[in-house]
Amino acid sequence: MILTLAFRNLFHDRIRLAVTLIGILFSIVLVAVQLGLYLGSSRMITAMIERANGELWVTAYGAKSFEDGGVLLTPRERHAALATPGVKAVIPMIVAFAEWRKPSGGSTRVVVVGTDAEDKGLEPWSLVQGDWEDIKAPDAIAVDNTYLRELDIAGVGDTAQIATGRVRVRALTHGIRSFTQSPYVFTPLNRARQLIGVDGDKTTFFLVQLEPGADVEAVRADLKSRLEGADVLTKPEFRDRSLTQWLFRTGAGVALIGGALLGILVGTVIVAQTLYSSTKDHLNEFATLRALGSTSGYIHKVILAQAGMSAVIGYILGMLISLTVLFMSRSSPLPLVMTPGLAGALFALTLSMCAISAVSAIVKVTKIDPATVFNR
Amino acid sequence: MTSTPSLEADNIVKELGRGAGKVMALKGVSLVLNPGELTLLMGPSGSGKTTLLSIMGCILTQTSGDIRVAGQSTKGMRAEELAALRRTHIGYIFQSYNLFPTLNALENVRIALDVIGQKGYAASQRAEEVLHEVGLGHRLKNYPGNLSGGEQQRVAVARAIASSPSVVLADEPTAALDSENGHAVMELLARIAREQKRSVLAVTHDPRTLGYADRVVRIEDGLIVGEERRPDGLDAPRVTDLTKRRKAHG
Ligand SMILES: Nc1ncnc2c1ncn2[C@@H]1O[C@H](COP(=O)(O)OP(=O)(O)OP(=O)(O)O)[C@@H](O)[C@H]1O
Ligand SMILES: [Mg+2]
Repeated sequence: MILTLAFRNLFHDRIRLAVTLIGILFSIVLVAVQLGLYLGSSRMITAMIERANGELWVTAYGAKSFEDGGVLLTPRERHAALATPGVKAVIPMIVAFAEWRKPSGGSTRVVVVGTDAEDKGLEPWSLVQGDWEDIKAPDAIAVDNTYLRELDIAGVGDTAQIATGRVRVRALTHGIRSFTQSPYVFTPLNRARQLIGVDGDKTTFFLVQLEPGADVEAVRADLKSRLEGADVLTKPEFRDRSLTQWLFRTGAGVALIGGALLGILVGTVIVAQTLYSSTKDHLNEFATLRALGSTSGYIHKVILAQAGMSAVIGYILGMLISLTVLFMSRSSPLPLVMTPGLAGALFALTLSMCAISAVSAIVKVTKIDPATVFNR
Repeated sequence: MTSTPSLEADNIVKELGRGAGKVMALKGVSLVLNPGELTLLMGPSGSGKTTLLSIMGCILTQTSGDIRVAGQSTKGMRAEELAALRRTHIGYIFQSYNLFPTLNALENVRIALDVIGQKGYAASQRAEEVLHEVGLGHRLKNYPGNLSGGEQQRVAVARAIASSPSVVLADEPTAALDSENGHAVMELLARIAREQKRSVLAVTHDPRTLGYADRVVRIEDGLIVGEERRPDGLDAPRVTDLTKRRKAHG
């Protein structure tokens, strides 16, 4: 009967129900979009680091992110690293912003990622056209096909210029997007050095692969003592650095999380308001229940059930809209991401939002005097 | 009859309001309800009838004096204990019915059973049974909005007796009804008292209801001023000594 009464009270006033649902919906969609963007951004920012085959990264001291490696490392560091017990391989990698000159004039920034296939450190994934062998050809590069228009090229075979060097697209990936909005350009290590004008054997990073069974922390401590002036980072550490750089130093992440919090706040206020006014409207009924001898818990359950039902309906509708937005964002520069974890978190959030909203209604109902029932 | 009283009010005093608006609504009222009797409480407006009914129903707490329900004193009971007492011993009927507009007749009775922990099929059966008893077997699925005033009050009567309380309290149950429906409801209350051996106390202004009473108690200005009892074997109460009006003390 608790559920029946809650359900009837809820659907009795359709307009109020609509307002409640819009409040919840607004919250869910806003939070889903903001957190979806946050997740999407995080994934984009850390994709390269996640994909790299290596336990440790050697970077210049204070390197800010994958795209912003700072001063270059020298072969001296490579040899020192290779001499460290537990280290199996040390893979050099060039990563740098560079100027892409569009064939029809104008330019844009790209991120050149230079690494050799045989090192198996990092290779372009999701290749949809061409392969590593093609990229080894003179001037060959791989780019992502979602950036073709921005790069002002049509596809494989087209040429352009990076700084002063000519490049030809030999392979295409799909879906390797860049948070900085500067497309990634994959090319072999030495070609990358030429393109961005690095002299000699210098590199941006060393990706360190360990012997099986080696203790990551021990090797890291050892490496750190041997490589003065360089940072030795584990994968999660480097990931966090990149996230901090792009999401928090730039304020983007703060804006996203702030937006999500605002969504929660506004939603809670709307739901609290409608639930409170619904409770006020049904106060006489609650007083009657109390006079009939119901425990106060019984009445609280009716209010909570009402809140819970609003939450479930609002969540389902909100998720439908969120998923539609997500679907439409697929080919945008910043696609939203929805994971089962986020969906679960949103549900928990909706429930707690409604539970918190119920508090004011419960406080109101706690103050009712059953004696009012005889005086109407 | 030698049975124990189902409800006793002992020297009840009730102050209402505060400061300058303070009113002595009850000034020392004692009243005993016995099983099998329909008692009418009559008196002018503002004499304290509703206040007394609320206190006897453990809905309102008295300023002083004691209420005993089935011999148990309510002194010092907390709100939840009083609620427990209400759901086990007392049924209520209100002037404005106080039905749940979003629940149909059957559900309105069922929720009263739900509150006291009776659920499921048995509760549904019981609700149907009492609705049949009050003559609404054919209106189970009707919502209050689709029932006449008399029918609504009969649903309220069914709700009040569904849990088989020993005491039924009614505040002006016929005030909002026409003569025919008023008689039907009084008839029901009298039957509930006599056939089911419950104590029924009904507040009323309505002289038409007198014929159903076993006992009429008169209240004025917060004091009981007289009581008439129908002698056994008679159809209507006979007026006994009512001239001895007690003066308000002070
Ligand atoms: N909440 C309150 N605060 C102050 N005074 C009150 C309050 N409720 C009732 N009273 C006063 O207490 C007295 C008794 O009221 P009560 O409602 O019991 O009368 P009644 O006999 O039921 O009257 P009626 O026949 O009009 O229903 C009245 O004088 C009334 O004005
Ligand atoms: Mg009254």
